[in-house]
Amino acid sequence: MAYFILKRLIQSVFVMLAVAFLAFSLFRFVGDPVSQMTGVETSEQDRERLRDELGLNDAFIVQFARFTGDMLKGDFGYSYRTRQPVAEMIATRIPATLELGTVALLISLIVGIPAGVYTALRPRGFVSQTILMTTLVGVSIPTFVIGIMLIFLFGVQLGWLPTFGRGGTVQIGGWTSSLFTSDGWRALILPALTLGVYQLTLTMRLVRAEMMEVMRSDYIRFATARGIPFRSLYFRHALANTMVPVITIIGLQFGGVIAFSIVTESVFQWPGMGLLFLESIRFVDIPVMGVYLVVIAFFFVLVNMAVDLLYVAIDPRLRVREDA
Amino acid sequence: MFARLVRSEPAYLFFRSPAAMLAAVVAILVIGGAICAPWLARTDPYDLSTFSLMDGLLPPVWQGGDPRFLLGTDDQGRDMVSAILYGARLSLMIGLMAMVIATVLGVGLGLAAGYFGGVFDAIVMRVADVQLALPAILTALLIDGVSRGLLPPEMQQDLRVAVLTLAIALSLWVNFARTARASVFVERNKDYVQAAMIMGQHPLRVMVRHILPNIMGPLLVIMTVDLASAILLEATLSFLGIGLPADSPSLGTLIRIGMQFLLSGEWWILWVPTLFLVALVVSINVLGDFLRDVFNPRLR
Repeated sequence: MAYFILKRLIQSVFVMLAVAFLAFSLFRFVGDPVSQMTGVETSEQDRERLRDELGLNDAFIVQFARFTGDMLKGDFGYSYRTRQPVAEMIATRIPATLELGTVALLISLIVGIPAGVYTALRPRGFVSQTILMTTLVGVSIPTFVIGIMLIFLFGVQLGWLPTFGRGGTVQIGGWTSSLFTSDGWRALILPALTLGVYQLTLTMRLVRAEMMEVMRSDYIRFATARGIPFRSLYFRHALANTMVPVITIIGLQFGGVIAFSIVTESVFQWPGMGLLFLESIRFVDIPVMGVYLVVIAFFFVLVNMAVDLLYVAIDPRLRVREDA
Repeated sequence: MFARLVRSEPAYLFFRSPAAMLAAVVAILVIGGAICAPWLARTDPYDLSTFSLMDGLLPPVWQGGDPRFLLGTDDQGRDMVSAILYGARLSLMIGLMAMVIATVLGVGLGLAAGYFGGVFDAIVMRVADVQLALPAILTALLIDGVSRGLLPPEMQQDLRVAVLTLAIALSLWVNFARTARASVFVERNKDYVQAAMIMGQHPLRVMVRHILPNIMGPLLVIMTVDLASAILLEATLSFLGIGLPADSPSLGTLIRIGMQFLLSGEWWILWVPTLFLVALVVSINVLGDFLRDVFNPRLR
């Protein structure tokens, strides 16, 4: 077990190094930091001196090592656009995106898994066919259109829910949360639904496919023959065995949630990392773009580690193999 | 030729599937409209001199608008029918080009990786793995952002369409590469490929003339689905304001413009391009789903 975790840790370190390298290359080769910091009237000597002071004339590998070292110390440099420390800018945006993403993922699981089980058990039923047809249309509708439709219906026509921003927030330590005010929850519903719908269809279709596969297997047929009650058959015997691939996909979906949160945040003016990333692309704010990548990769790695550990917790066979 | 096509199996399945037929009709209408835009549209939406502010914000005809503007006009007096036809033209053009580039690049790399194996295969597949972990939209945004930093400002406007197309193509090639590679692994050991190799034919010839035709089925499915993805990606990027500028509006840009009228009463400026885009993408996706069923007899 310890060996397994160690192996994953080492892999993760390499992934992070690769991403840091990518971010560094962005920094180094796209745009010139010196011309960003100086004006037109700066002389060539001054530029050269600045270049020297900043260490831009050092060997590539030395620069990369320094870059990585600074990152580890939490020094992410300064934004070209706002001149603020990037670490601060990103840190204030992280809670908004994480809360949005988590709630969206929860929606997709809480609705998607039961719907997937149902459509697998009654594949020819009217309700199942309707659900499946709806999801096919749902996958084809772009996230931003879903957002616009929700805004139009609940924000404009019915006037029930706010259509932009986070609503009331509460400060807990350095974490700005909108989960503790009713106002914040109301602001969260529409963006989270928008982000969750697409993931929901993925979850549902996957659970359905896995469930149908399992229901065909011999042990389910045998369990049916033994007269095990259907409820127990479906949920204890069948669903439990679909969980490993489902968890894998949830891990992968996390990436989708982060990526589409860029779109959702733009539609709802949600002050998260995605909105910051968009602004930084528009203004070619390379440091922010690079750090965004690194932060996202870090979450990716964390989630994937968690998924691997969950495998062991869920699938007893993996545990036995480890012990043996 | 035509009679053979009508009596073929895909055609038989096609005429038994109402969803596929409906989707085909919608797709043909939209694509036909986009191709014929210069002849169908009353005005050129890119040419400011052809419309006047006096005609601004007219509702669609059935809400008491001007009969000249079937679906109303936007705040600039731009005819919505012309705008969506030209918009769809641009969206389809970028989507098709991106899909073709992604296909050629992906299939080429996938074929070569599957055929030669070894180090080349390993490198291509590692890159594909990394890219697969990144969602397409993130990749496209990054490529776009980098291009903004690298290209001189005066070239940016002119190259916008090219950059956008390339960014979309580079975020979609992985699917093609993986499918082509997997199919090559299956086909490579079959007798016809072995025979061609023993005859001493050039690897390129074996790949293109012998293997490629036999893996067209699955590739066609991905091409259809990825065309829809490419159009969606372009629309999303343009909607985010990263894609095309407002003076050459694609469907995504039109929706972005329409968003400003969400809170006021001018619903048509937003919903006309939105519905047009959704109809296009949904119909392509339904056709893709249909093709998948046709080429995968196990699912039938």
